[in-house]
Amino acid sequence: MLPSLASDYFEFFGLAPKLHLDLDQLQKRFYELSKVLHPDRYQRKIPAEQQYSQDATALLNDAYRVLRDPLQRAEYLLKKAGFEIGEQRSKDVPPELLEEVFDLNMALEEMRDGDASARPQLEQARDKFHAMRDEIDARLKHLFVMYDAAPERETLGEIRSALNRRRYIRNLVNDVEKELQ
Amino acid sequence: MSTFQIDFGESKKQIIGIDLGTTNSLVAYQGLTGPEIIPGEDGHRLVPSVVSVTRGGKIVVGNEARDLLITEPERTVYSVKRLMGRGLEDVRDELTLFPFHIAHGSESVIQLKLGEKTFTPPQISAEILRQLKRNAEAFLGEEVTQAVVTVPAYFNDAQRQATKDAGRIAGLEILRLVNEPTAASLAYGLDKRKEGIVAVYDLGGGTFDISILRIHDGIFEVLATNGDTHLGGDDIDNLLLRIALEDIQSEWGEDLSANGEAVQTLRRAVIDAKEKLSFIPSSVIDLAYNGKTYAREITRDLFDKLIAEIVNRTLLPCRECIKDAGVTVDQIVEVVMVGGSTRIPLVRKAVEGLFLSKPHTELNPDEVVALGAAIQAGILSGDVEDQLLLDVTPLSLGIETMGGVVSKLIHRNSTIPASATETFTTSVEGQRNVLINVLQGERELVKDCRPLARFELRDLDPLPAGMTRIEVRFLIDANGILNVTARDARTGKEQSVDVKPSYGLTDEQVEAMIRESYEKAEEDFNERQVREMRVEADAILAAVEKAKRSDAFFELEEEERKAIDLTINELLMVYHSGDHHLIHSYVDKLNQVTLKLAENMMNTAVRGVLKGTKI
Repeated sequence: MLPSLASDYFEFFGLAPKLHLDLDQLQKRFYELSKVLHPDRYQRKIPAEQQYSQDATALLNDAYRVLRDPLQRAEYLLKKAGFEIGEQRSKDVPPELLEEVFDLNMALEEMRDGDASARPQLEQARDKFHAMRDEIDARLKHLFVMYDAAPERETLGEIRSALNRRRYIRNLVNDVEKELQ
Repeated sequence: MSTFQIDFGESKKQIIGIDLGTTNSLVAYQGLTGPEIIPGEDGHRLVPSVVSVTRGGKIVVGNEARDLLITEPERTVYSVKRLMGRGLEDVRDELTLFPFHIAHGSESVIQLKLGEKTFTPPQISAEILRQLKRNAEAFLGEEVTQAVVTVPAYFNDAQRQATKDAGRIAGLEILRLVNEPTAASLAYGLDKRKEGIVAVYDLGGGTFDISILRIHDGIFEVLATNGDTHLGGDDIDNLLLRIALEDIQSEWGEDLSANGEAVQTLRRAVIDAKEKLSFIPSSVIDLAYNGKTYAREITRDLFDKLIAEIVNRTLLPCRECIKDAGVTVDQIVEVVMVGGSTRIPLVRKAVEGLFLSKPHTELNPDEVVALGAAIQAGILSGDVEDQLLLDVTPLSLGIETMGGVVSKLIHRNSTIPASATETFTTSVEGQRNVLINVLQGERELVKDCRPLARFELRDLDPLPAGMTRIEVRFLIDANGILNVTARDARTGKEQSVDVKPSYGLTDEQVEAMIRESYEKAEEDFNERQVREMRVEADAILAAVEKAKRSDAFFELEEEERKAIDLTINELLMVYHSGDHHLIHSYVDKLNQVTLKLAENMMNTAVRGVLKGTKI
């Protein structure tokens, strides 16, 4: 293990824990760190250094993967702040979508049974969910700016709700698109 | 005690680069002016990946074996790469097309019969590696013990592991497995001005890969990769062969398909006709056998129609790869063509149609992968400092959860090394072991993914259900191979993990094969072990000597420095003892006493890059 390398992703990159990151800067740092840490550079070094290099690079790659994606980055920050997130919560239907989802499932059922007449309804649903997702994305963007300006726990709570809703809608969109193909 | 002064920097050995192909293999090295292909003693640069056991029991490889394919088809094998890391049920379809002679007892590991002997696919590949090693040693005039070997980017864990096993059996330490298209991009990117998004389309004898990379400031970052490990020129050969066999049956009233010699002669004719069609509009498949003759003209139009389906099968992976890379077609500045099958005009046309730009064909598609492997060897030896490959894992890795569902831990196209940690717990009071089923693939259900290995956590403390928590770390290393470590989250104690690979050889089996290969050889098995251990000792001694000149060494306590010097001397004392266990124990000891030094070195390196970058 790496006793003296930071295990926090932001810290590892030498960045402040913010929800908005300059991606060009992040990539530049990723390349710089890769050049220093990558196992290819340690082939002729002490075995313990080789081991450290592998562990450190795995950590670097894992961190970069999470930090470069705004949603994963937000989830990571939430997890660090002690919020529980995960697929489980996204299975609960948001109450305001209950009726919608019920109708949608009927339509999906019909499509699966080979009844193509449900197609227009599904296409309509897909467009609607796309619009909802865009709306949530706009809201998330706003919340991210808010949090970066004043890191309040309350804002993180709102971000979590928005992320769960988004994940739920994303799963619906995936289901619909799979049937429409 | 006096200190030995040896400059280990001088004994730096050459690391060779190997393209272990389905049809042909090549070996290259990083010369003073750049990578170069090493020809065989017969002067040929390509070594056909064909192995034959002569009636005298001698193993021959390459062109000589390729000729024996016709006269001794029962004792000769080609395209063995298709069987690497595969189970019998995976290759059942292939067996009708390829003259593989499967021996009995192939349930867990495929055994091929060549005359009186049986070989596993890694043993056959090891013979090819041995030949390439010999070629390199004759050419370079020195012993070669280390190599970089390329594999298809879309190779799974078992296929990679089988390739590494082949290296061990051949007495060649494979320092790194590099993906073929990535290696090609290194050779292609030799020109330092190359920047931007590049696609590498690699259609070889048996495998197809597509990779999309970002090249920036000497960094070759793979964004995504896709492919099919059972799609290549072989499939075209088999298609034409089937047609010719049907023709012959109706013309001669004779079924030749069970006649090994006739089939292999016809296969050579088919390949010949296919290769000519890349340059002329029409060619002839002809066969003269047992006083009868067969000749069939194939025009390029007909050929194109016949192979359209095979060529089209490469396009879906390309589209998925573009999508996964998160780029659009117009962002891709160049498409590089790799593999002999990209000489086919229809392939070039299809690629041009998809990527909307003329593909690059100026590099020799047979050699570019081996050249790239040599550059990667140069990177590992420190000779090439301004280039670095950042590759990805082609397939998602997951574990089996309730209801036969796969929970993904590391997603495909993650930059490697990549890791994931998962906590496992017991479900029954007093439970002493936990079984973890690891799978590779993109589907949701266990039955649709490929089993990779079963890991068993054993000898857990008997505690009430749910009390034991074991943290398991899954790490895909820079070779794309999975490593698993576990520790008890409560006690922090390392937990042993028992690995049962779903396909391929266990460590014990590989050991046995190494021994077997020495039974008849002139060299003593023990001698080889001593020699290999000395190579390891040389490596660590050289590394420690170098580290001793750094600031990190002087940051150590005096005791720590003394311990290092003492252990170096101890290792040097036993170095010539001829007892590999003894040498091993001091290599281990030197390893232990330099832990802190290694950590200091690493911290200095990281501090350097992070200094003054805090935002």
